[in-house]
Amino acid sequence: MALISLDQVAQLGTLTYYLGGWEPPWGIEYRIDRTSALVLVVVTGIASAVIPIGPGEKSYQIPGHRHAMYYAAFLLCLCGLLGMTVTADAFNVFVFLEISSLSTYTLIGLGSNRRALTAAFNYLIMGTVGGTFYLIGVGLLYQMTGSLNMADIATRLSEMQSTRTVVVAFAFVTMGLAVKLAVFPVHQWLPNAYAYSPSAVSAFLAGTGTKVVYYLLARILMTVFGAAFVFDILGFDRLLMPISLVAMFAGSVAAIYQTDLKRLLAYSSIAQVGYLTLALSLGTTEGIAAGLLHMFNHALMKGGLFLVVACIVCRTGSSQISELGGLARRMPMTFAALIVGGFGLIGVPSTVGFISKWYLVSAALGSGSYVVAALILASSLLAVVYVWKIVEACVFGKAPEGAPQEEAPLGMLIPTWALLGATLVFGLSADFTTHAATSAAEQLSNGVKTAKLISRERRQLHAHTLAEPNAVTPAQESGQ
Amino acid sequence: MNPQLLIALALLTPTAGAGLVALTGRSPNRRDSMTILATILTAFFVWNLAPIVADGGRPELVLFEIVPGLEIAFGLEPLGMLFSLVAASLWGLTSVYAIGYMRGHNEENQTRFFVCFALAISAALGIAFARNLITLFLFYELLTFSTYPLVTHHGTAQAKRAGRIYLGILVSTSVAFLLFAILWTYHLTGTTEFRPGGILAGKADNMTVGILLALFAFGTGKAALMPFHRWLPNAMVAPTPVSALLHAVAVVKAGVFTVLKIVTYIFGIDLLADTGMSVWLMYVAATTIVFSSIVAITLDNLKARLAYSTISQLAYIVLGAALATKSGILGSGMHIAMHAVGKITLFFCAGAIYVGAHKTLVSELDGLGRKMPFTFGAFFIGSLSIIGLPPFGGAWSKWFLALGAADGHQYVFTAVFMLSSILSIAYLMPVVGRAFFLSPELEAPDDQLAAAHAADEPGDSSSDGDSSSDGIFANLHEAPLLCVLPLCCTAAGCLALFFLAERIHSLLTPIVGG
Amino acid sequence: MSGYLGLWHYWATIALSMLGLYTLIAKNNLVKKMMGLSIFQVSVIMLYVSMAKVTGGTAPILRTDIENPVYSNPLPHVLMLTAIVVGVATTAVGLSLIVRIREEYGTSEDDEIRAIDREAM
Repeated sequence: MALISLDQVAQLGTLTYYLGGWEPPWGIEYRIDRTSALVLVVVTGIASAVIPIGPGEKSYQIPGHRHAMYYAAFLLCLCGLLGMTVTADAFNVFVFLEISSLSTYTLIGLGSNRRALTAAFNYLIMGTVGGTFYLIGVGLLYQMTGSLNMADIATRLSEMQSTRTVVVAFAFVTMGLAVKLAVFPVHQWLPNAYAYSPSAVSAFLAGTGTKVVYYLLARILMTVFGAAFVFDILGFDRLLMPISLVAMFAGSVAAIYQTDLKRLLAYSSIAQVGYLTLALSLGTTEGIAAGLLHMFNHALMKGGLFLVVACIVCRTGSSQISELGGLARRMPMTFAALIVGGFGLIGVPSTVGFISKWYLVSAALGSGSYVVAALILASSLLAVVYVWKIVEACVFGKAPEGAPQEEAPLGMLIPTWALLGATLVFGLSADFTTHAATSAAEQLSNGVKTAKLISRERRQLHAHTLAEPNAVTPAQESGQ
Repeated sequence: MNPQLLIALALLTPTAGAGLVALTGRSPNRRDSMTILATILTAFFVWNLAPIVADGGRPELVLFEIVPGLEIAFGLEPLGMLFSLVAASLWGLTSVYAIGYMRGHNEENQTRFFVCFALAISAALGIAFARNLITLFLFYELLTFSTYPLVTHHGTAQAKRAGRIYLGILVSTSVAFLLFAILWTYHLTGTTEFRPGGILAGKADNMTVGILLALFAFGTGKAALMPFHRWLPNAMVAPTPVSALLHAVAVVKAGVFTVLKIVTYIFGIDLLADTGMSVWLMYVAATTIVFSSIVAITLDNLKARLAYSTISQLAYIVLGAALATKSGILGSGMHIAMHAVGKITLFFCAGAIYVGAHKTLVSELDGLGRKMPFTFGAFFIGSLSIIGLPPFGGAWSKWFLALGAADGHQYVFTAVFMLSSILSIAYLMPVVGRAFFLSPELEAPDDQLAAAHAADEPGDSSSDGDSSSDGIFANLHEAPLLCVLPLCCTAAGCLALFFLAERIHSLLTPIVGG
Repeated sequence: MSGYLGLWHYWATIALSMLGLYTLIAKNNLVKKMMGLSIFQVSVIMLYVSMAKVTGGTAPILRTDIENPVYSNPLPHVLMLTAIVVGVATTAVGLSLIVRIREEYGTSEDDEIRAIDREAM
């Protein structure tokens, strides 16, 4: 079963890889543009790295009779995520969102610790509320525009004034997605869900779940509502930016105080989501490009790091930091992978983390927010602290009594290194990723531009005040 | 051989050496010969590059592009050449010394030690050869991380704490300030390349130049400019060869080299001289010089005293760079070499004293000079060079630095240089004086200290001799040959550099366009 | 039928959803939480269906017996069919999770589970 799915995944991966540009509809309403192609590559890549882990690890974490369930749920989840990515229909997004969410709850519930169950239940509550919020938002949008196709909604929305209904719809949609993305104040489900699910599932979720939702959020903000509406009229950046900054710092600080490796990585993910939304809140093409790039890079890093945890758990049976002592000697390959991933999180040059940070800070500087740029760098210092906490434990800590001396099985090391090796490769020759992200971002904001052009023409027609066209002009420039 | 190949080889040899050392870790002899082989080859390649650069050649090697505009590229110019020469040559000596030291001490984890050592040297050479800020930053961080296991070598709580401070200060300054400055520069100019005359001229207003200079100067935590100097004394818990490496060969020199290179090739000395935005940096550097010298005088631990001496000497180089005059830059460049050779001698001696006599405090050294004549002779020579007296290398660099201050009409800094020379006499000469001229009997309280200290270390040869003062040193002799030989070489180097200064001067002259 | 009162179906939707959310947050028993969640989801169905109603419209079945028939919009109904399926699936997964939690912890009260977890720490 794993093989079949792997094959499927690999085919999908290559398929999208070559597709790139505007593709003839995949089904009627499925459309792969550059952005979604990038996301597809991420999702399928991570999935194909994680799937082979399943058999290696399952005997340690999932009881035998549930293997079939594991694979079924995994594939359903993958299907949901891919569907979310390729669909161009706002309601269809909801369906796929729920498909992936429901299977995710199951996957998390498979964790060996009984707290996995409560974690899954809490996630179910949060996730469903989020999903329903999204549904309400889409309903209101439909009411206003009479269409469910994203592009269609975008055109019709730009033709009408921003009524209160649209604003409410925007709030509901954004809120719903924010819950799934674990944006700062609504992130509570994430640490437990990541910490108690089977390690391979954590890797998959961390690498894909939030990433796809991020893509959706970017897409809906930029193309459906249009940057002009979101940022100029609503001033959403004024809300999103502080939240992101708080997320960056609070997530990292919380990570520093964790005693469990998985929880530490989970909190670090919350901080990284802060980077992502921050990039979005800049509202420029460079910002979006940086966000997409970081999405790609972070998927690789976090996926790889959770696989490292899987390796560790597989041998030691625990992911407590206090029990990592002597890991550097006991499992040198795993430890080296941990170092590579950790360097990535810190953003040491030659890893992808550096590339993300470079683009992120460049984008921040480009939009003139020097303080934000400085804060991004400052918050990455916190990453040094929590990564080094792990490293010190591994190198100097005393090995617990009777600790196993073996290296992780090869079947787990290979995917781990595949992901983390990719972080090095894309860190040193980032041409492919940056190009993909930039062109994707251009495409996203091209939609913005046309929508904005239309809205601007409209406004000039109606030209109530002189101030209004002026207000649009700066965003106009930045969108190009 | 063609220069590109030489650059690649020079960088690869230490890395390959690290790999070989790791592979041959089981047999100490084979491992150590691998280290020596790698040092010789590296030094050979680097020295072969020197004539090319001296003749005005500027070989370049573009490794690959990360993204268009950001590339990992190497390019040689005189300043980098000088730094790489210093690093590569002294690495050999330090390795020989380290082998003697580590074996004399039966240290654990020797393989890890030598692997990291070799990696640190690759990183230092990478910094020296870097053609743009990105490459420089990459290797700067690599250097930090590769030296971290060296600092924490003993794995004790103290070592871990020192390691945290080391990493904390170096990484946080580099990420928060240096990287920010690099990005800002890139944002302003669209490039990060080092170009003669600087890239910022005309691209940034005075205020921005001032802020950027601050970010660069403090961002280079390795330059140990106050208030970011604390990592250096803390890193003293490391084995002495590491201290030598940190202080003389790689780390701090990489720091001041970075500052110097940025001042010359990013800002351009004309820009700094015109805008006057570097004046505050001069005062910071001057304060660092004076304060750390004074602190050095008060310290009893020999290595800590040397550490503060290093901080003060590094500030010389930063001050020279901040002066932004031709002589200042030249003096700074020369001081990198002069101070490296002088300070490494002193650290070798400190280590030799520790290996031979298990002494770490200045107050314990009374009369040791007679037992360890070579060590203390070398220490004397190194001290003179650091103080800046002829006929030793340090004299020239001080001369040019003072001249640079006078050229820039900053006479107060000329005075600072002179004052600090006097201070350095005050903290270095007592060491030699005590060792040669004081006899142990006269210092009864110190004897007890020494005995107490000796008792702390089981297996110490002198611990059984505290009944009679003479007996303390009865079993003492010179440190192992492998320790003494390198320090004699570097001491001779101090002398030689006095006569070779002209060569360095002419090598460096092109960078200031004179 | 004018003003805010005229939008009575919205008020009903809001009332239902708030009822659901309140139950979700305030109740201690996991099964009751689940019920709240279901009520919340159902309120959305109400929203969709009510907006599809065209005054005087008839069910969207092709009719020939009436001149110019006015049809209600069928699409939201179709959408809600899917939403109902999703809701049922969610409830099923949620309930089965509760069953498993009950097996493991011996209770389905939220505070008791928390207490047990805290003891295990």
